[in-house]
Amino acid sequence: MNALNKMLGGRQGVIGLLILAALILVVFPLTLDAFRLNMVGKYLTYAFVAVGLVLCWGYGGILSLGQGVFFGLGGYCMAMFLKLEASDPESTKIQSTPGIPDFMDWNQITELPWLWVPFHSFTFTVIAVIVAPVLLALIIGAALFRRRVGDVYFSIVTQAIALILTVLIIGQQGLTGGVNGITDLKTLLGWDIRGDGAKLALYFINAGLLFACILVGKFILNSKLGRLLMAMRDKEERVRFSGYDVAAFKVFVYCIAAGFSAIGGAMFALQVGFMSPSFVGIVPSIEMVIFAAVGGRMSLLGAVYGSLLVNYGKTYFSESFPELWLYLMGGLFIAVVMYFPNGLAGLWESHGRKWLSGKRKPAPVLSTPAPVVTPTPASADTKTVSPLEIQP
Amino acid sequence: MTSPTGFQMNKPVLAIEGLTVSFDGFKAVDDLNLYIDRNEVRVVIGPNGAGKTTVLDLICGKTRATGGSIQFKDRELTKMNEYDIVRAGVGRKFQTPSIYDNLSVFENLEMSFPTGRSVFGALFFKRTQEVLDRVKQVSADIFLGDLLEQQAGLLSHGQKQWLEIGMLLMQDPELLMLDEPVAGMSVSERAQTADLLNRISQGRSVLVIEHDMEFVKSIAHKVTVLHQGKVLAEGSMESVQNNPKVIEVYLGH
Repeated sequence: MNALNKMLGGRQGVIGLLILAALILVVFPLTLDAFRLNMVGKYLTYAFVAVGLVLCWGYGGILSLGQGVFFGLGGYCMAMFLKLEASDPESTKIQSTPGIPDFMDWNQITELPWLWVPFHSFTFTVIAVIVAPVLLALIIGAALFRRRVGDVYFSIVTQAIALILTVLIIGQQGLTGGVNGITDLKTLLGWDIRGDGAKLALYFINAGLLFACILVGKFILNSKLGRLLMAMRDKEERVRFSGYDVAAFKVFVYCIAAGFSAIGGAMFALQVGFMSPSFVGIVPSIEMVIFAAVGGRMSLLGAVYGSLLVNYGKTYFSESFPELWLYLMGGLFIAVVMYFPNGLAGLWESHGRKWLSGKRKPAPVLSTPAPVVTPTPASADTKTVSPLEIQP
Repeated sequence: MTSPTGFQMNKPVLAIEGLTVSFDGFKAVDDLNLYIDRNEVRVVIGPNGAGKTTVLDLICGKTRATGGSIQFKDRELTKMNEYDIVRAGVGRKFQTPSIYDNLSVFENLEMSFPTGRSVFGALFFKRTQEVLDRVKQVSADIFLGDLLEQQAGLLSHGQKQWLEIGMLLMQDPELLMLDEPVAGMSVSERAQTADLLNRISQGRSVLVIEHDMEFVKSIAHKVTVLHQGKVLAEGSMESVQNNPKVIEVYLGH
């Protein structure tokens, strides 16, 4: 119990988690109509990527500008399954080859490509959603981190990979649906995913998975591995010459981030009903970094708020002033980097909490300076330099 | 150590033979031979650019040798990974204090505790009583027993140097290599560090690079003078100080 409490970040951590849960699981479903709720569900699929970026960028110091690759791979795996289900011979009988996805028929393909065949199985699809992106991350990570490619060079390579994958998807029109992507997804195992009831259910499944990812993230950050990530960011050489295989830790956290992104991508395909290369490339990948940056790259919960707020802003402004949005987004990113590098979560730590405690009576001091024998180092989560840690 | 026959005892812990490294043709270390015995405190001195730090880099695997061999307890280090060299029992302190600024003193020390070094080992690492005891003991040794909760970035320069030495002690290495451990320390801190080194050199070999001659005198069993990547002289502090070659290239300036 004590360990669990510590993992969740003590009382404050639990409260933060409960507030977010109340917002996502109660407030949104009760106040928003089906259309808006589905939209929030879509924003929350990006939050998976942002949560992964907190681990990999915020704590691991690995700035990946190509998370869209993993989001896209997860999404495409799910979309391929859904598309096959939507392309049964009955509903595609007007095609020259019935039983294959419509876009293949338009591209004069007469047989289902081998890559698509296993996606008839839902079990295979669920496994592929996670395994394919993680495997790619493992290969990229192992290749680059073993060679000590880091910092900005790593970011550039991830951008290149995002670009390559986009070009590949668009170029292989018969296999992938090209620039339009995979559209007209209808049912999941016979369950119509387009109805309001299904969308509501998917919204809750999505939220549940997101909280599962956040808890996994909290577990990682609270373990020694989380502290090692911070140590590596501070002094990588020192960690290496303390007997650690630094590259293995980087590969691990990069794979975790890829896995989270992929779950988000699959849930995106389910909730939005299509998947296209516009969620794979450089621009969406950078947008996802902005979600994490605005929310706070050192805070798992902040990343969720960041995804919600920036996407809400994006929807609002592109509905009202479409031509302004890109400038606003750019400005927002610059402002975050220059004036509040720890994002909203950082602002909350430095100002919000103080404001809140100013309103209340000061809490009684629970612990005088901790006894030396049982140190309780501060939890890793959402903690930057807190003045509480400085002892006289 | 258990063998009383002397043969084991006399065999050096570290045997460097014919070690050479060249950077674009410039030989930073040139056909170097160096032997360090068990329980020995060896200080390497030499003018700037003599190759002192490069020798440490070569031993711990940061730089790869062009030729020659480094035998540590009969294991060839030149072909091993950095982390395998550490796990074999070689600890190295860097010239500028390398500690984790954002972690507490406790966490800094804990990071160097030699369990949970694999990815999954670290993920499921438990802070056992053994870890707590070890941190407590080492922190007392390095004069930081009362500062365990302190964020390491806020320590003074001298305390950071001690902390890094403490991080090495957590690993309990058989060979401890220190690159300028008293640089930037006050006189009293230097005295404390000399005392610390004399205590921690029990049961292990220590290789120190240092410029401060008073400090060298207070700790060295034997001194090696490097010059242009080669050993210029080796022996006790007095014999080295009176060596005309050494006076010419180093002390005489």
